[in-house]
Amino acid sequence: MTPPPAIRATGISHQYGRIPALDAVTLAVPPGGTLALIGPDGVGKSTLLGLIAGAKRLQRGGLEVLGGDMARGRDRRRLQPRVAFMPQGLGRNLYPDLSVRENLEFFGKLFGQGPGERRQRIDRLLAATGLAPFPDRPAGKLSGGMRQKLGLCCALIHDPDLLILDEPTTGVDPLSRRQFWDLIDGIRAERPGMTLLVATSYMDEAQRFDRAVMMDGGRILADGTPVELMSRTGTATLEAAFVALLPPDRRGPDEAAATTTLPAGRPIAIEARELTCRFGDFVAVDRVSFAIPKGEIFGFLGSNGCGKTTTMKMLTGLLPASAGTPLLFGQPVDPGDLATRRRVGYMAQSFSLYGDLSVAQNLDLHATLFGLTGGAAQARIAEVVADFGLAPYLTALADSLPLGVRQRLSLAVSVLHKPEVLILDEPTSGVDPVARDAFWRQLTILSRDQGVTIFVSTHYMNEAARCDRVAFMQAGRVLAVGAPDDLRQAKDATSLDDAFVAYMRESAPDEAPAPGPAAASPTPNALADAGAFSLRRLSAYALREGLELRRDPVRLTVALLGTLMLMLVFGFGINFDVENLRYTVLDRDHSPLSRTVVEAFSSSRYFQGTPPAADAAQALKRLQANDVALVVDIPPDFGRDVKKGTPAEIAVRIDGAMPFRAETIQGYVAGLFVRLQQDLATEAGVDEAPGLNLIPRFRYNQAFRSADAMVPCVIGLLLVFIPSILTALGVVREKELGSITNLYVTPVSRLEFLLGKQLPYIAIAFFNYAIMVMMALVIFHVPLKGSLLGLSLGALAYVMATTALGLLVSCFVSTQTAAVFGTAIVTMLPAIQFSGMMQPVSTLSGMPHLLGAIFPTTYFVKTVVGAFTKGLSLAELTPFILSLFAFFPALVLAATVLLRKQEA
Amino acid sequence: MAAIRNLLTLARKELAGLLRDRFMLFFVLYAFTGMIYLQATGISHELRNASIAIVDEDQSPLALRFRSAFRAPDFQAPALIGKGEVDRAMADARYTFVLDVPPDFQADLLAGRGAELQILVDATAMMQAGIGAAQIQSVLSDEVTRFLARDKTTIVPDAVSAQLRFAFNQTLETTRFTGLMAILFNVTMLSVLLTGAAVIREREHGTLEHLLVMPVRPLEIMGAKVLANGLVVLGMTALSLALIIRWALGIHLAGSLPLFMAGTAVYLFFTTALGIFLATVARSMPQLGLLFILIVLPLNLLSGGNTPLESMPIWLQRIMQFSPATQFVAFAQAILYRGADITLVWRHFAAVAGMGALFFCLSLWRFRRHLAAAR
Repeated sequence: MTPPPAIRATGISHQYGRIPALDAVTLAVPPGGTLALIGPDGVGKSTLLGLIAGAKRLQRGGLEVLGGDMARGRDRRRLQPRVAFMPQGLGRNLYPDLSVRENLEFFGKLFGQGPGERRQRIDRLLAATGLAPFPDRPAGKLSGGMRQKLGLCCALIHDPDLLILDEPTTGVDPLSRRQFWDLIDGIRAERPGMTLLVATSYMDEAQRFDRAVMMDGGRILADGTPVELMSRTGTATLEAAFVALLPPDRRGPDEAAATTTLPAGRPIAIEARELTCRFGDFVAVDRVSFAIPKGEIFGFLGSNGCGKTTTMKMLTGLLPASAGTPLLFGQPVDPGDLATRRRVGYMAQSFSLYGDLSVAQNLDLHATLFGLTGGAAQARIAEVVADFGLAPYLTALADSLPLGVRQRLSLAVSVLHKPEVLILDEPTSGVDPVARDAFWRQLTILSRDQGVTIFVSTHYMNEAARCDRVAFMQAGRVLAVGAPDDLRQAKDATSLDDAFVAYMRESAPDEAPAPGPAAASPTPNALADAGAFSLRRLSAYALREGLELRRDPVRLTVALLGTLMLMLVFGFGINFDVENLRYTVLDRDHSPLSRTVVEAFSSSRYFQGTPPAADAAQALKRLQANDVALVVDIPPDFGRDVKKGTPAEIAVRIDGAMPFRAETIQGYVAGLFVRLQQDLATEAGVDEAPGLNLIPRFRYNQAFRSADAMVPCVIGLLLVFIPSILTALGVVREKELGSITNLYVTPVSRLEFLLGKQLPYIAIAFFNYAIMVMMALVIFHVPLKGSLLGLSLGALAYVMATTALGLLVSCFVSTQTAAVFGTAIVTMLPAIQFSGMMQPVSTLSGMPHLLGAIFPTTYFVKTVVGAFTKGLSLAELTPFILSLFAFFPALVLAATVLLRKQEA
Repeated sequence: MAAIRNLLTLARKELAGLLRDRFMLFFVLYAFTGMIYLQATGISHELRNASIAIVDEDQSPLALRFRSAFRAPDFQAPALIGKGEVDRAMADARYTFVLDVPPDFQADLLAGRGAELQILVDATAMMQAGIGAAQIQSVLSDEVTRFLARDKTTIVPDAVSAQLRFAFNQTLETTRFTGLMAILFNVTMLSVLLTGAAVIREREHGTLEHLLVMPVRPLEIMGAKVLANGLVVLGMTALSLALIIRWALGIHLAGSLPLFMAGTAVYLFFTTALGIFLATVARSMPQLGLLFILIVLPLNLLSGGNTPLESMPIWLQRIMQFSPATQFVAFAQAILYRGADITLVWRHFAAVAGMGALFFCLSLWRFRRHLAAAR
């Protein structure tokens, strides 16, 4: 009887929106089997692996992995400790700010390993992969190859039964690539029972595997051993086999492009002389020299981060050289020289045209910027449209084009102005073999027919073979330059790849890995620990988040200084004390009585005198220009009329532009006249019978100081605003950078993840609270009349609630930008308008009232104003504190339910 | 000549890109229409719906009259509470005002023994406490005067009295104030954000680098962004003034609209340059967002459009005079509320233009350096 397969997929289909990614794929892999998925970008390899790893939600079809049904959450949870997944992209599931050891520690904790076991496993893995000398280097500072080895270590830390690697060697130099696969071979030898699933776009790597599955357009194109596939198609390489297996209309022309040799003695078009580029301590390009004659196709080979792009940028003038000279047409490159730019075409590594413009608009824009106008421009555009087959796509948005067409458009744009030199940075990365072939045909035509000098970088060896000459680049240095065949023969190698490796070994012979056992667990894997809730996993996330925050200067600055700065701004800015009001008097009477009135104004603490107005027109002008806020107009004969008992009135004109200010001024003026009245009566000896005595008592804030009420409210506002934004950013960052995959494929639960991420922000927010209380006391002189303990308890409950609010928002947004603005919008309005900060909650009704009632700030405003200004005791504050504590479980629960443990 | 053609081509590209960005477009439209309307009608600086409670220890006819004296829309119907409940109710902020009518209040008043009414005011409700206390006092004294007038016929007129009038806004309408100030804030926020985001987007998509290998100067790239985004915000401001302020809210604007638009155009020169400056400091959109909060929020909040400039400490007022946002609010208020003409606001215009030019040069310098360091 054969054992049940490790993976059994039956008719699985997957769509992103309306775009299909997988179409009824059926596949079975026996336990201990190895399988490579091959095909260019966008054919569904990653989707299939993501589904098998449990990172993506199964949409249609059946999928069993290690005997568990991947459609069932409980099965997935049981399986996760036995599966390891390394997603696509260099170190995408790693944490770049964390060191090698910290990364491994984190993964060890997620799989429930104790400190002793972790240390043992980490030391063994580091020794096996040759990373042992760099345990403290941040993952982000590792070379591509080392990063991938670290990724592998993290995947192997729990001795998985199924190892899934998605394009682990893309963008890695040939030597590291070899070392990586040797490492995998070693692990397989030690653990023969482990099933291994790999995707790769370097099709020839698949020759190391038992079985290769070729994919195209979401379907399986062919399935068999590599030898079988090649013999079936009668081809020598898997890439050729792939092309041969495509439907005939997709294959492209069969005949190989003939490359003619170039005549000797041509002038030099591009030259680098001892070119060096340093970023701080890091030497990106180290004394690189080469010369490219006119009309040649010169290839630049090397891994990601080896300095190819930097060299190219120095030659285009985008980047100044730290030392050495870049030359174009024999002249040193001058970034300010617009004339040279017209002779050069450049195509950047990533697609860098305007995705939101159509193909035609992009062509028009570039034509105009290169000074082509009118008929000449239209003629040239028509020419490149024909040359590059862009006619069917003219009205399509550039972003909506397939990868191959986009690259064609980029090339079309870069040759639009008929440059003499073309600099192309990895133009074919990720493009399928057929489109790549077509692209190279076009390069050949440009070089041979039009005499364009082409400087192109690539990491595909078979493309390098099509160049006239190539340079091998590694770690900022050029190892060798020459015609591909010469380089190969010089090292007695069978392929260019082997030649490159030979050159690399020669330049750095000590980089060979120290072999050592990688797997063979010293202790049995602690599978039983995948319990419902683990404090170890929670603290793993909390510690990691804290470390990352400490190492991110921008977020840390905002978290610590942002609050303090806004506290100062808001504390001084939100102020309802209306004082220092400038006024002018238009005294047309000049009697003793009018002088008494003028004196009453000048002795008031609210008003501030300015020179008297000459006439009514001037007074109005000054009111208009906001030079004064009110005009006191005393009519002629005012004093005489009052003496006679004739009614006489002083006209006071108040600037009504700002209603709140105007109403307050009105109150001040009315009060001033009441007092004036009484004074005059007392002076005249009139003694009124005792009547009504109205006593307004301003409770809690006798001096009616705005700061005493507003500064505590500002604390409430800032404790919701910044902590919620930072918490939301913390979660969404993982989504955007890709490390969220670790939530999908490791045993960590949603609650552990969320609480772990939240904890550091609670700590920071509470620290901010303490600072803000001190600022209130010392800078704003707001006395704390009530219970500090009650206030602090309330603040703790409040920041637990506001950070949980950030978690909740993070469930709805997928980009960091949306997290910042979304959280700001969601928190600002209810916090300012409906929480009792501006208008008392008791005056709100309807929707605003409801929003205020379900928003934590409402209760914290009561707590903080109560404790500071109203002088409430702990007992009196308790009802508010209890309400605040109720928010935390509710919000965290909602976020836990809404957070997905798998992606779509 | 080529420079101007490049500038216009790039500006056109900028506008085409913005038109395609449905989300941004919707956001900008909403910010200048729906949001303005909501803010204009939502926040009232007047006394509205104030909560008041009465402790009636007198139970006299006069005390009964007090209960019905407080009317909507200024006040809610007063609640009757016991003396013992006062502290808890005020601690909970259930009522902003509590009126205490003592025992024998009416009897004492009529007997000429002098009677005392206590109004407890929650002085932590800054926006209502002062205005409300004054209004309650006048309601009560009117009520008492009318009650006493049943007996006496003559009321002695006051010797000295003042006639208070509000210039420029007789009825103290708040919608005009909040609506227009909301537009000013949005002008600042959106012009900074749009321009900053445009730079970051170009950098993230690699198109900035692409422009730099073409015969285009940094000044042209920056100028195009200033021009295109400034134009969008200027157009939106005009739309908002016509559609929301004039048509939907029926607000009369005092001064010359063209003068205001001219001033806004000058101001946009500054804000768009600020947007570019921030984009050269921030490394990514989220960082731009955080910076934006730390810079633009204070600029707006302290500009005098939110709370009166005079209430800030004097040193802060002095500093804020250097902020173009403060100058913008000052001349906008002068023109739109008080009908000021160019002779009264040219100083503000000149100040904004001067600071705008300074900032534009600073931003251009940063932008050039930033481009040189682009990797």
